[in-house]
Amino acid sequence: MKPLLEVEDLSVTFETEAGRVHAIHHVNLELTRGITLGLVGESGCGKSTLGRAILRILAENGAVTGRVRFDGRDLMGLKEKELRTIRGRNIAMIFQDPATRLNPLMRIRDHFIDTLRSHEGEIETKDALERARGVLADVRVPVDRLAMYPHELSGGMRQRIMIALSLLFHPTLLLADEPTTSLDVIIEAQILDLLRNLMHSYDMSVLLITHNLGLVAQFADRVAVMYAGEIVEEGETVSLFQEPKHPYTQGLLRSVIDLETTQLYSVPGTPPDLLGEPKGCPFYPRCNQRIEICKTVDPTPKTVGDDGRRVACHLY
Amino acid sequence: MATIYARGRTSMAGRLLGTFWKQSRTGAGIAVWAGILVVLAILVMAILAPWIAPFDPNVKVANPETPPGGSFPMGTDRSGQDVLSRIIWGARVPLSIVAVSTILSLVIGLPLGLFFWYKGGRADRLLVLVMDSVYAFPGLLLAITIAAVIGRGILNISVAIAVVYAPTYFRVIRNHVSSVKQQTYVEAATALGIPRGGIISRYILPNVSQNVPVIFSINAADAILTEAGLTFLGLGLPPGIPDWGFDISLNWQRFDYSWWATFYPGLFILILATALTFVGEGLNDILNPLLRKRAPPPAGGA
Repeated sequence: MKPLLEVEDLSVTFETEAGRVHAIHHVNLELTRGITLGLVGESGCGKSTLGRAILRILAENGAVTGRVRFDGRDLMGLKEKELRTIRGRNIAMIFQDPATRLNPLMRIRDHFIDTLRSHEGEIETKDALERARGVLADVRVPVDRLAMYPHELSGGMRQRIMIALSLLFHPTLLLADEPTTSLDVIIEAQILDLLRNLMHSYDMSVLLITHNLGLVAQFADRVAVMYAGEIVEEGETVSLFQEPKHPYTQGLLRSVIDLETTQLYSVPGTPPDLLGEPKGCPFYPRCNQRIEICKTVDPTPKTVGDDGRRVACHLY
Repeated sequence: MATIYARGRTSMAGRLLGTFWKQSRTGAGIAVWAGILVVLAILVMAILAPWIAPFDPNVKVANPETPPGGSFPMGTDRSGQDVLSRIIWGARVPLSIVAVSTILSLVIGLPLGLFFWYKGGRADRLLVLVMDSVYAFPGLLLAITIAAVIGRGILNISVAIAVVYAPTYFRVIRNHVSSVKQQTYVEAATALGIPRGGIISRYILPNVSQNVPVIFSINAADAILTEAGLTFLGLGLPPGIPDWGFDISLNWQRFDYSWWATFYPGLFILILATALTFVGEGLNDILNPLLRKRAPPPAGGA
C-alpha cells in the first residue's frame, strides 16, 4: 500500500537579519495509513517546523523546498487557494498551548460555524450547530459550551474543542504538535486516551510531534528522531527503544528518568547553531563515538538490520 | 449589571457596554460621559439652529459691536450680526466637517493598515514610508496646502483634513495587526483552512478594532482645531456660511473694542475640542486596561 504521507528531500530555511537559518535539512519521511508516527527531538530541532511545512503555514520569511505527497497529490505544487481546502479538511493540525488557539472574541459555536462555512459554503446555522454537537459528543464536551467564549473554558476543554474543530471533516491525517505539553498529567492522559479512540473511530493517521519520549513509547507505532533539522534515526517504536543505534538516540534514551535513576544523564554540549550552511554530521561536536569522516561528510540515512530501521550515521 | 458578566449568553456588545458601565463611576468613565454630553448638546444645538437661533446669522440686526446684554446675550459683531445666532449656526460646519473627515480617514487608514497582513514586504514598506511622511508633516500646514490646491467647500476641507489623519489609523492598526497576526489563534485558524478574507475580517479586525473609537475621538478633537485654523485663514468656506473659526478671523482685529465677538466663538471651539479629547482619553483608559493598570517598575531589578 502506498504511504499516506511522503516527505521527500524537504528543506526549510528562514531568512533572518543574522542570515539564513537551515531549520530543516533534506528530510525524508513516510507515514503509512493507519499508524501513528512519533517525531521526537529537543526544542528547536525543527520538529514543529516540519509539521507546519507540510501544511505550508510557516512564517513569511520561511521557504520550503522538496516534495510532500499526500494521498498521491503533491502538496508543494498546489496554489495557496487549493492548499487551503486541504487544511482542516484532509489534514488537520492541533497545537500546544490550547489556551490561546481560539479567537478570544468569538464564541465556541462561531468557531464551528466559521470552519464549516469556510469549506462548505453557506450552511444553515442550525445544520452547522448540529454537526458541531456531533463532534463535541465525540470529544466528550457538553454542548452548552457552544455558547461560551474561550476564556470561560479550561485548557483541557479548549484542546478538546480544537480537536473537535479538526474532526469536522473527518481528516485522514492529524498533525499533533505537542498536543498535551501545557496540560497537567491527568488532562494529558485524558486527551491522549481521546486521541487514541478517535484515531480508530475516525480512521486517522497521526503525526505526533513531541519532546516527550514516554508519550511516544505508549502512543506511536513508529518513531523518527530529529536532531538539528535532520532525521537521524527512524524505526519501529519497540525495537528502537530497545536497541537505539544512532549515538544521539542512545544519549536521548539514557537521559530518560525512571524510578531507579540516581544520577541524571544528559547529552553533553548544546545543539548546533542552524545559521549558515551545515557541514558534516550535525551531531559531530557532541558525539561520543565520532570518527574522522563525521567532521566533513553528512551521513545519508541507510537501512540497518532487518526491521526497517533507518539510521543516518557513519558507524553503520 | 452582574448578568452581563455571567457566563455564556451575552453578546460582545453587551460585554463592552458592561465594562463601560462598570467604569462609568471611575474618573475615566466620568470624563467620557461628560465629553459625550457636551458633544451631544452642541450637536443638538446645531441641528435645531433654525428654531433656537434668535436671529438670522447673516443679517444686520443691531448696531455693530453692541456689548452683550438684553436681547443679544453675546453682543453683536462688527457687522451688527448677532453673535449668539452665529455661534448656534456656526456649529454646523465644524461638526459636519469633523464627521466627514474622521470617517473618511477611517475608511482610508483602516483598510490600508489591514492590507499589511496580505502583503507585508515591499508594498507594506512603501506604504509605511508614504504614511510616515504625511504623519511627520505638521497637520495644519499640510491641510492648508491641500485646501489651497483643491479649493473651498465643506467637502474639500473634509478631504484635506482626512488626508492629515488617515496615517494615524494606518500606523496604529498596522502595528497592531502585525502583533495580532502572530497570535497563535490566527495560525490555528489558518491550519483549519479558514480563507484569508475570513481571517482578516473575523480574527484580525475584531482584535484590533478596540483602537478605533480612541483614535476616532482624539482625531475628531484635533480636527476641530484644524478646521478652525483653515477657516480662520480663509481657506475654508465660501462667504456667508457662519463658522466659528471664520468669525474669529472676521473680528479678532477689533478685540480691544468688542472682545465678545472673538471670545465666544473661541470659547466654543475650546469646549468642543476639550469634550472630544475627554471622550478619547477616557475611552483609551477604559478600552486599554493594561495601560491603566500598568504597575510601576520594580525597584532595583532582579
